[in-house]
Amino acid sequence: MIAQAARIAAAQDATRLNRPEPFTPPLGDGGFFQRDRSIHPPAHAPGYKSSVLRSPRQSLLSLENSISEITGPVFGHNDLGPLDNDLIRNYAKDGDPIGERIIVHGRVMDETGRGVPNTLVEFWQANAGGRYRHKKDTYLAPVDPNFGGCGRALTDDSGYYYFRTIKPGPYPWRNYVNSWRPAHIHFSVFGSGFAQRLITQMYFEGDPLIPVCPILTTIPDKDAIDRLVAPLDLNASTPFDSLTYRFDIVLRGARSTYFENRPEGN
Amino acid sequence: MAQPLNYLKETASQTAGPYVHIGLIPGMAGFDIFEKNFSNVLVTPNTKGERITLEGRVLDGSGTPLRDVLLEIWQANAAGRYNHPADRSAGALDEDFRGWGRAGSDFDSGRITFETIKPGAITDKAGRKCAPHVNVWIVARGINIGLNTRLYFSDEEAANAADPVLNLIEQPVRRSTLIAERSERAGKVVYSFTINLQGPEETVFFDV
Repeated sequence: MIAQAARIAAAQDATRLNRPEPFTPPLGDGGFFQRDRSIHPPAHAPGYKSSVLRSPRQSLLSLENSISEITGPVFGHNDLGPLDNDLIRNYAKDGDPIGERIIVHGRVMDETGRGVPNTLVEFWQANAGGRYRHKKDTYLAPVDPNFGGCGRALTDDSGYYYFRTIKPGPYPWRNYVNSWRPAHIHFSVFGSGFAQRLITQMYFEGDPLIPVCPILTTIPDKDAIDRLVAPLDLNASTPFDSLTYRFDIVLRGARSTYFENRPEGN
Repeated sequence: MAQPLNYLKETASQTAGPYVHIGLIPGMAGFDIFEKNFSNVLVTPNTKGERITLEGRVLDGSGTPLRDVLLEIWQANAAGRYNHPADRSAGALDEDFRGWGRAGSDFDSGRITFETIKPGAITDKAGRKCAPHVNVWIVARGINIGLNTRLYFSDEEAANAADPVLNLIEQPVRRSTLIAERSERAGKVVYSFTINLQGPEETVFFDV
């Protein structure tokens, strides 16, 4: 509204002084930057066999962002419990989970580098032995009685999030006969509009399974793969307690529109 | 050499994997962990609007239902307004309707359901009326990047025929892949849909 008032005032000035109206850039319409598909995996990636029957083959229909895409669900602290971002405590029954204690932290930003505030980040993972607490996981590694393997957090005003967990183990899967997943944590992120919705995975710096993973190598761009690998952040580590990894997440850029309850932009 | 244009790049998508339930709907994974859970029920007793059930399946290229898929829906309320600050249209907000829900498919049948209300028609920024619709996002093992599509309603023939998005689909025969069929079962209104990932009936997916 402030920008609009300034524009009207400038136009009135121009009329009064008999000068041409000054140029003002168009207001953002609240749409998102076009998605760069070259840094995402294609739907059909035969090296990852599950994609063969599950990939659309027709071209996607390009759709200019409308109100249906630039809006999305709004979450608040009422949606979370106090232990939701502590995977060491949120399922503990009679002791600590087994494994290497770690902290993961970072920022959710958009492509302009602006933090995405108050957005929901959810994460899930295997335990230290590489076994998921899921009724369909039958891998021989033991289930940890004190580890659930999931959590969630809201970003703060600057887009920052953090959680504490156990470093997950690698595990085998039926892609090639001897395929193993690198250690990873799944991330689900919302952003401010439904078109920013994203699921991805975080990997750990130095893992030798990263270059041979059939899922990671669905991504055609090496730099995009590198950006999924979280570096060890020794400065943020807790002495005699936890190593820390840093994982920043970038969502699509917003051609910003003015929200009264979010004057810094969306 | 020009100045660098320093935009960041969007984080690359990865598959949600077969165990997406652990993080997003842990009850389906077989354990209870969060005090508050998200679900496929979007309504409370106070929500305004016509109660409906959305019921469907997602089929792979062999016609087999996906039994590990997760869907999220996002929709306007009965007055055609989204519960989000960017929607400043005229319809009234409904405090009892967030407009968002998620559901996993049944591990045996692949059946997916949502309990919600029928959304009202929205007006786009060009002032055109858009047919009532529900936005759908689909993730699963083998889906490398979440798929976006919409569901429209079979009893909105006139509105559908004038809808600007449905009319963007060049082949009229493919528009029908987005239409959910209305029926009544034991006094309840059910809209049935099938999402085909491949094949001659492949659903229209959007690059939004």
